[in-house]
Amino acid sequence: MDVFLQLTVSGLSTGMVYALAAAGFVVIYKASDVINFTQGDLLLLGTYLIFFAVSQTGLPWSLGVLVTVLLAVAVALAIERLVLRPLIGEPIISMIMVTIGLSSVLRGLVNAIWGPAPRAFESFLPSGDIVIGPAVLSTGRLLSIPIALAVLAALALFFRHTRDGIAMRAIADDQQAALSMGISISRVFGVAWALAAASAAIGGIMLGNIVGVSPNVASIGLRVFPVVILGGLDSIRGAVIGGAIIGLLEVYTGGYVGHGLSLVVPYVVLILVLMVRPYGLFGKEIIERV
Amino acid sequence: MGAILELKDLSLRFGGVTALAELAMEVRRGELLALIGPNGAGKTSVINCVSGLYRPQAGTVTLIDGDGARHSLNRLPPHRIAALGVARTFQNIELFKHMTVLENLMLGRHVHMKGGVLSGGIYLGRQRRREIEHRTHVERVVDFLNLEPLRSAEVGNLAYGNQRLVELGRALSLDPSLLLLDEPTAGMNAEEKESMARFILDVHEEWGVTVVVVDHDIDVIMDISDRVVVLDFGRKIAEGPPDRVRRDPAVIDAYLGHARTGP
Repeated sequence: MDVFLQLTVSGLSTGMVYALAAAGFVVIYKASDVINFTQGDLLLLGTYLIFFAVSQTGLPWSLGVLVTVLLAVAVALAIERLVLRPLIGEPIISMIMVTIGLSSVLRGLVNAIWGPAPRAFESFLPSGDIVIGPAVLSTGRLLSIPIALAVLAALALFFRHTRDGIAMRAIADDQQAALSMGISISRVFGVAWALAAASAAIGGIMLGNIVGVSPNVASIGLRVFPVVILGGLDSIRGAVIGGAIIGLLEVYTGGYVGHGLSLVVPYVVLILVLMVRPYGLFGKEIIERV
Repeated sequence: MGAILELKDLSLRFGGVTALAELAMEVRRGELLALIGPNGAGKTSVINCVSGLYRPQAGTVTLIDGDGARHSLNRLPPHRIAALGVARTFQNIELFKHMTVLENLMLGRHVHMKGGVLSGGIYLGRQRRREIEHRTHVERVVDFLNLEPLRSAEVGNLAYGNQRLVELGRALSLDPSLLLLDEPTAGMNAEEKESMARFILDVHEEWGVTVVVVDHDIDVIMDISDRVVVLDFGRKIAEGPPDRVRRDPAVIDAYLGHARTGP
């Protein structure tokens, strides 16, 4: 039972990191139909930026988080402005291919700046343990769950209540009508990329704290795909639930079956979902396949 | 009365197909203008050029605002044109189908909403007062079009005629000075057409909006308009008061020379 509880907390905390990255992916997909392959690399960038801000520059962690999020947003806005905006009006597939290229560029950039070796990073989440019955749970991991949920709830509120959030839903629903109602597509795309980068950066910060700073984070970022395929490409709620399910499945498999298999499980889920329910748990049923 | 919209030498081609050929026409401030013509005459192309969805290869589209300032629309993106007070509806209803009637109407207020992600999220002070203004305006539209019973219904589930009304309502929510209606009675029966014509007349008279109605047929819409412009093959072939245009030999030719298809 104690093992189960520990695995559950660990699974949920990684699952919430997946959910943060996946939510950013969903935001961009909703606003522009673009499958954003750089989402995992934005997570990696977030991890290294918090390392840069806190360990290398010596900022206090609160300021470090702020700087990390702002820098990530700046990078995303630059990508949107310089690379993707000129492609508005071109076939969606061109934009998707460009994000694949950008993914390599981002990863290479991180590698060039910070090198391939793992970096020592002192976690600023409380490091103690909480003992519940027979189970010893890491406070840092436990704490990352409500943090992620709060960010995701804010994102959901954004879609429901703000001018830009509603504009984004309108564009997803009917682009022509949205244009004629005075909604600016380029502004909405910019906001989408900024939000995607911010939520990925927060995910990256949490990853830095709970698993450390190393290029391996990029492979964690890759889990975005099983998560969004399971949850539905266009659903924030799907990202949260998909993230939790994938995170839990991974650690249960790792804990009870074997570590090797746990690396494969998310992708087995991905294939199964594509066969049985290609639009995911909460996705709209009409999904253009690329 | 001065012009609110001037089109000069407007030409629009799609590959080898000429949609508009050096079209010149004006819309006068405060009038209800019917833009008619047989299928493929270029009526919708005119609306799309004015609202910025199409870019004409040649010619100018100029909007003259209430202060007499001239805005060249053919260089502006669609959302800037909407911000100048030009609203439109579409021939094949383009609504936000997954949203409610009220949400669709509130989106019509988009150009009047200021503030970014942060201030919009904080429901206080000026932001709150503006929100109430928007709601009041939208409620006026709801009352006017009798949409009260449907306000929280998802638009995709509404009957066809009601969807047309919601689309008109969304355009009115923008508080336009120029309203472009693209075949607002398409696919309606005689009774529905009458009722839509009534609404258009009321929008024009009670709201003081300049209205351009595109219509395929010489029917109800023509009866309520102040002036009619007739297009054929992207050219203006007649213009004037409805009763004169109806007797114009060029117009009769254009209509009788074509097989009449569809509604």
